[in-house]
Amino acid sequence: MLTKRIIACLDVHDGRVVKGVQFVDLIDAGDPATQAARHAREGADEIVLLDITATHEGRKTLLETVRNTARALFVPFTVGGGIRTAHDAEQVFEAGADKVSVNSAALADPTLIDAIGRTFGAQAVVVAIDARRDPAAADPVRDAQVFVQGGRKPTGRRVVEWAREAEQRGAGEILLTSMDSDGTRAGFDCELTAAVSQAVRIPVIASGGAGTVSHFTDVFARGKADAALAASIFHFGVSSARSLKQSLAAAGVPVRLPC
Amino acid sequence: MRVTVIDYKAGNLTSVLKALRHLGPEIEVTDADTAPIERAQRIVLPGVGHFAATRRLDDTGLTPAIRAAIARGIPFLGICVGMQWLYAGSTEAPSHAGLSHFHQSCSRFPDCDQKVPHVGWNSLQPRDSSRLLSGVFPGEFVYFTHSYKAPVTADTAAEAFYIESFAAAVERGNVFGVQFHPEKSGETGLKILRNFLTCEAAC
Repeated sequence: MLTKRIIACLDVHDGRVVKGVQFVDLIDAGDPATQAARHAREGADEIVLLDITATHEGRKTLLETVRNTARALFVPFTVGGGIRTAHDAEQVFEAGADKVSVNSAALADPTLIDAIGRTFGAQAVVVAIDARRDPAAADPVRDAQVFVQGGRKPTGRRVVEWAREAEQRGAGEILLTSMDSDGTRAGFDCELTAAVSQAVRIPVIASGGAGTVSHFTDVFARGKADAALAASIFHFGVSSARSLKQSLAAAGVPVRLPC
Repeated sequence: MRVTVIDYKAGNLTSVLKALRHLGPEIEVTDADTAPIERAQRIVLPGVGHFAATRRLDDTGLTPAIRAAIARGIPFLGICVGMQWLYAGSTEAPSHAGLSHFHQSCSRFPDCDQKVPHVGWNSLQPRDSSRLLSGVFPGEFVYFTHSYKAPVTADTAAEAFYIESFAAAVERGNVFGVQFHPEKSGETGLKILRNFLTCEAAC
């Protein structure tokens, strides 16, 4: 049976793992390679490394960090942050990533999705979308506003139509972050996640707001998520992916166990 | 042990090379030169993406060299599209023939309310007789990402289920294929790669 994936996310700033609340107030949470290995050992199905400062500081993804992190990691490994061209993506793949996540650059030039997918396959292209509900819109959820530059800048794009365009252009997965929920540990935005997941045929990874086991059961059931991403709940020993998955299995969610 | 990995520009080789290096064999990569295939003790054909990418194997003249190596009994492992290439073809690129080591064809998952591609960790049901999956227990998980799949036949080494049963692994003699990515499947994947590296040649 295909299982629901639990993905550990490492937000990286200056080569260190950090965690903030609603994209601000960063706290140091360790070395990326050490943290990635620990998460994989503790049962994470996948690792995502996001260089959260890369875009607005104009820096490239830290290839050395990627290389060190990938070296002994034998689960899928996604890298995002500052990937602007197919050449940037190629360098990240050569450093050991299995997938790249593109966000701002894909919104600026959507053909980037086509270009990376053509060379490396759709399975290697994750389109990350940061969205915030828009109370002024006709449908505040489906028409949630898409933001770029770490949530600093609205794009005028609507979440469902952008996810569909990304899929058509050859994205393999959507990584959907609810900016309203991010870092709050108050639960995923299930309505937002379901709206996107039901609008596309590719997997949707829910992100933002994980705090308790029931948040995950909710986002898989009501949110129709194929995978869920969490960062802060793992970092400070609150929970491991394995203990989370054991609780999910007990609640009837198909997960990879033992792991 | 000398392993030749074939690069036909179908996606990214790094992960496969990394996993093989972790297991210790000497590795050569070739994208057009047939000599590394002629001196190989093991051959790995990775690949993700579109079946049509395998056309490059014909264009570069690697296909006859691979066919000859297989006939000499050199153990061969195809991964993902590399496994699908062992079949007669795929509905993904109907005008392009595969190796036809297995005479069936690959096809897309049927349309239904479940998502295609099939992405994520799914469980294996290995057959007891499989050498590639020796020591892999029923229910062990491996990582898949694909929209096309091979049918279950007498040569199937392991089944998996998504929408319907399909061949997660195939083996006959010295020819092996896996639809999943052993290089991304944790300890289970490494065990499968290790089985491939240690199986008897000319088996």
